[in-house]
Amino acid sequence: MTLFVLTVLNGLTLAGLYFLVASGFSLVFGLMRNINLAHGSLYLLGGYIGYSTFRTTGSWELGVAVGALSMAVAGAVLQYCIFRFMEGQALRQTLVTIAISIIAADLMLWYWGATAYQFTTPDWVRGATPIPFLQLAYPTYRLFVLLSAVVVGIALWLFLNKTRIGIMIRAGVDDKDMLDASGVNVQVLFCVTFAVGAALAGLAGVLGGSYLSLAPGEDMRFLLASLIVVIVGGMGSIVGAAVGAVLIGLTEQFGLAYAPSYAPVYTFLILVFVLAFRPQGIMGRPVET
Amino acid sequence: MASVIEETPRESDGVLARLVRPVRWYHLVIALVLLVFPFVSTGFWTVQIAAQTFILGTIALSLMLLAGYGGMVSLSQLTIAGLAGYMVAVFGGASGGLGMFWPPIVAIPLAILIATAFATLVGALSVRTEGIYTIMITLAVGMAFYFFVLQNREIFNAFNGFAGLRPPPVLGINWRQPEYFYFLSLTVAAFGYFLVLYLSRAPFGLALQAVRDNPRRMRALGFNIQAHRIAAHALAGFIAALGGVLMVWLNTQISPGSVGLGPLISILIIAILGGILHPIGPFIGALIFVLLDNFAMQLIGGDRFNTVIGLMFLLIVLFSPDGVLGLWKMARERLKASKKPSADW
Repeated sequence: MTLFVLTVLNGLTLAGLYFLVASGFSLVFGLMRNINLAHGSLYLLGGYIGYSTFRTTGSWELGVAVGALSMAVAGAVLQYCIFRFMEGQALRQTLVTIAISIIAADLMLWYWGATAYQFTTPDWVRGATPIPFLQLAYPTYRLFVLLSAVVVGIALWLFLNKTRIGIMIRAGVDDKDMLDASGVNVQVLFCVTFAVGAALAGLAGVLGGSYLSLAPGEDMRFLLASLIVVIVGGMGSIVGAAVGAVLIGLTEQFGLAYAPSYAPVYTFLILVFVLAFRPQGIMGRPVET
Repeated sequence: MASVIEETPRESDGVLARLVRPVRWYHLVIALVLLVFPFVSTGFWTVQIAAQTFILGTIALSLMLLAGYGGMVSLSQLTIAGLAGYMVAVFGGASGGLGMFWPPIVAIPLAILIATAFATLVGALSVRTEGIYTIMITLAVGMAFYFFVLQNREIFNAFNGFAGLRPPPVLGINWRQPEYFYFLSLTVAAFGYFLVLYLSRAPFGLALQAVRDNPRRMRALGFNIQAHRIAAHALAGFIAALGGVLMVWLNTQISPGSVGLGPLISILIIAILGGILHPIGPFIGALIFVLLDNFAMQLIGGDRFNTVIGLMFLLIVLFSPDGVLGLWKMARERLKASKKPSADW
C-alpha cells in the first residue's frame, strides 16, 4: 500500500514536470506547426542558467525566474532568426533544430562540464509533508512541483481561452492566413508563443533540476518525454499534454517500481496502442493531409 | 528528390548490353581503387576508415531508401542495426559466457530476421501517421530502445552490453584480418548499393516514389500505399540489419552507448550530408563523417567534434538541402551554363 501510494505520488510529480516541458512543445507545434527538436536543450540550458544564477546570487527564486526568462528570450530569437525563414518546411525545421541541439549539447558540456548539479531548495519547500490517513511523509518540494504544474496548466488555459493574445493564438491554430488578413501581426504573435513555450521549458529545467539533477543527457530525456507525451496526448492541445503527461508519468513510475527491467517497454506499448487506435493522439484532431 | 529514370533501356537489347551501357569511365576507376586500396594502405585506413565508411554508409543507405524514395525520414535505422548487433551477441555468444552460443549459421540469420521484423513493426506503426510524425515516432522508438537496453539486465546486459564479438571463422579464414574484413564490408555495401539502385527502376521502387509524390492519386489508382510504405521499411530494415551485424564485428562490442541518441543522429547526418538523391550519397556522407571523426581533433584541437559536425550539418541543411550531391549537381549545372551562355537567351 505504501509503495502504491508513493508510486502514484511519484508518477504525478513526474507528470507535472513532463506537462511543463511538453505543453511548451505542444503549444509551439499547435500554433506554428514548428517542430522544435531543440526543446530538450531549452530545458537543460534553462536549468543550467538558473543554476548559475542561483550559485552567484544564492537565491533559488531568482534562479527560477532567470532560467525561465532567459529561455523566453532564446525562444523568441529562435523563432525570429531561424523558424521565420522555414515556415511549413517540417523536414528542414527538424534537421535544423537537431543540428542546434547537437551544438547546444556540446557547448553546454564544454561550459558546465559533465558533473551533475543539484540546487539547494529554499526552506519553505524543504522537508517532508505528512500525508493524512497514512503513516507517510512525502517530500514537500515534489508536491510543490506538482502544484506548480497545476497552476501553470490553469494559467495557460486561462491565457489561451480568456485573454486577447490567447484568442489570437487559437485563431492562428485554426486558420493562420485568415488571422493574418484580419490585421494581426502574425510574426509578433509567433515570437510571443515561442517565447512562452520556451519559457515553460526553462522553468521546468530549474524546477526539475532541483529534485532530479542537471547533467548532460537530461536534454534528450526530456525531449523524448515531450515527444511521447504529445504524440500520446495529441499535438497542439494543452489538455492533451496534461492527459499524456499523467499517463506517461504514472506508467514510468509504476514500471520502475514494479518491473524496473522492462520499464521503458510499457511507455512504448502505450505509444503503440494510441497510434494503433487513435493516430492523432487522445485529445488530438485528425491530421490534415 | 530522387530521379526516376534517366535512360530507358530498349527492349531489343541483350542483358549484357543493358548492364554495360550506363557504365562510365569513372565507375571503372572507382571500382579499381576500391579493389586495390587494402593492399596499398595500412590496417588503420583499411579498417577504421574504409570498412567503417562502408558499414555506416550501409546503415545510412537504408535511411536514404526510406527518405529518398519513400519520403519517410526514419530516425530508428541505427536502432534496427543495433538490434541486429545485439541479437548477434545474444544468440552467437559474447565474452564472459554471456549469450547462448548457438552456431553462427543459425545466430546471424536469426539476428537479421528479428531486426527486419522489428523494422516492419516500426514501419507499420509509423505509417499510421505522416510527415513529421514519422520522424517523431521513430525518434521516440529509437530513444525508448536505448533506455530499454540500458535498464534491461536479463537480455541486453544493461549498461555493460556485450564484448568480445568477432566474426566467426568461415572457410578457415580469420575475418578480423584487415583485408578480409575490408572485402566483407565492401561486399555488403555493394550489395546494398546495387539493390537500392536497382529498386529505383523496379516496379516496386517506382510505385514507392509515386506514393511519395502523390499518395492520393496512387490510392485512387488502386495501389495499397500503406503496404508499399511498410514493405519499404522492411527492406530498409534488412539493409540496416546487415550493416548492424558488421558494426558489432568492427567494434567487437555493443552497449547502450552504441544505440544512443548520438549515433542515431549520426546516421541522419551522414545521409543528409551526402544527399538522399542517389544511393551513393550515404557513402559519400559516411566517408566525410568518418574522416572528420578521426581527424577533426587534430585539425581544431580539443574535443569539440560534435560542435564541428553540428555546424557542418547546419550549414548543409541551410544552404544545400540535397547534401554534397546537391552541391556537385549545382556546380555541374553552373559549369554547363557558363560553357554555352547563349542557350538560355
